[in-house]
Amino acid sequence: MIRRALLAVSTLVFTLALTALPALALQPPTAQGEFVPAKDLPPTESIPAATLLVAAYAFIWVAAIVYLFSIWRRLNRVEAEMHALARKTSQR
Amino acid sequence: MRKVFVPLLVVVGAMFAYAPVMIAHADYEVSMGIVSKILYFHAPSGMVMLLSAMVCGVASAIYLWKKSPAADRVAMASAELTALFGLIVIVTGPLWAKKAWGIWWDWEPRLTMSFVGWLISVSYLFVRKYAGPGSDKLGAALAVFGSVNVPFIYVSVNVWRTLHPKTTVVPTLPPGMRGPFWYSALTLFLFYLLLLTARIHLERQRAMLDELYLAEEDRS
Repeated sequence: MIRRALLAVSTLVFTLALTALPALALQPPTAQGEFVPAKDLPPTESIPAATLLVAAYAFIWVAAIVYLFSIWRRLNRVEAEMHALARKTSQR
Repeated sequence: MRKVFVPLLVVVGAMFAYAPVMIAHADYEVSMGIVSKILYFHAPSGMVMLLSAMVCGVASAIYLWKKSPAADRVAMASAELTALFGLIVIVTGPLWAKKAWGIWWDWEPRLTMSFVGWLISVSYLFVRKYAGPGSDKLGAALAVFGSVNVPFIYVSVNVWRTLHPKTTVVPTLPPGMRGPFWYSALTLFLFYLLLLTARIHLERQRAMLDELYLAEEDRS
């Protein structure tokens, strides 16, 4: 008899625990009753976006100019070598 | 070369100079604000990177098949431009992501595959520079492999769940963003053509120099 009662009570407690916990977890959070001041913002909020934008555009411009300059320099070197070779050949 | 290069340089220079004005007047994306303006150069750079990788792959396949030196020159020039535009994508993307996602980088499919695509183009350049005789064929095979990666980069955002926006974002841009976006895309595409023309010319001059040296050796 006692064993049966204990089994019934424990089943009830177990069932309540299983059903009530998810139900409690699904409750919406309590409404905000007051504003909480903060001195430090989370990193995503405090990042200066304009700096990132300017950095991105500056990088594109620098990359484009550096690459164009590198082609121009390599081309000049090859053409100078061609002229030197042509001069050497004509001297013979 | 000069016939194409000089007018193209003038047009691209003018378009590049006007691009910041156009972008400054473009609309912001509501949730990201000012940083969303990176879109106008980040996404077109990605498009040009993929185009360049495809050009490199196709030119390499032609070189492997027909042994055409002209195709090899196009492949070489395109590989370098894939590396350049890939670098722009890889640098500007994290600058945007830091504000939009709160992190510089995430190993999600689009970012990872783009990074791998960029590494393949850099590997091609290393192979061509340091692998010695036969590096042209080895590099060409690598470029074909790299171009196979391109469709996967493109569809990755639609197939897998990623942080990166989907490909549907560009065709559905609102009018206030569409104009500046396609203007920037055209500017970068013409810039790519300009650099490709110059880079192919450089390869042609190098080939001529090699021929001159060979002729000189034969004579002496």
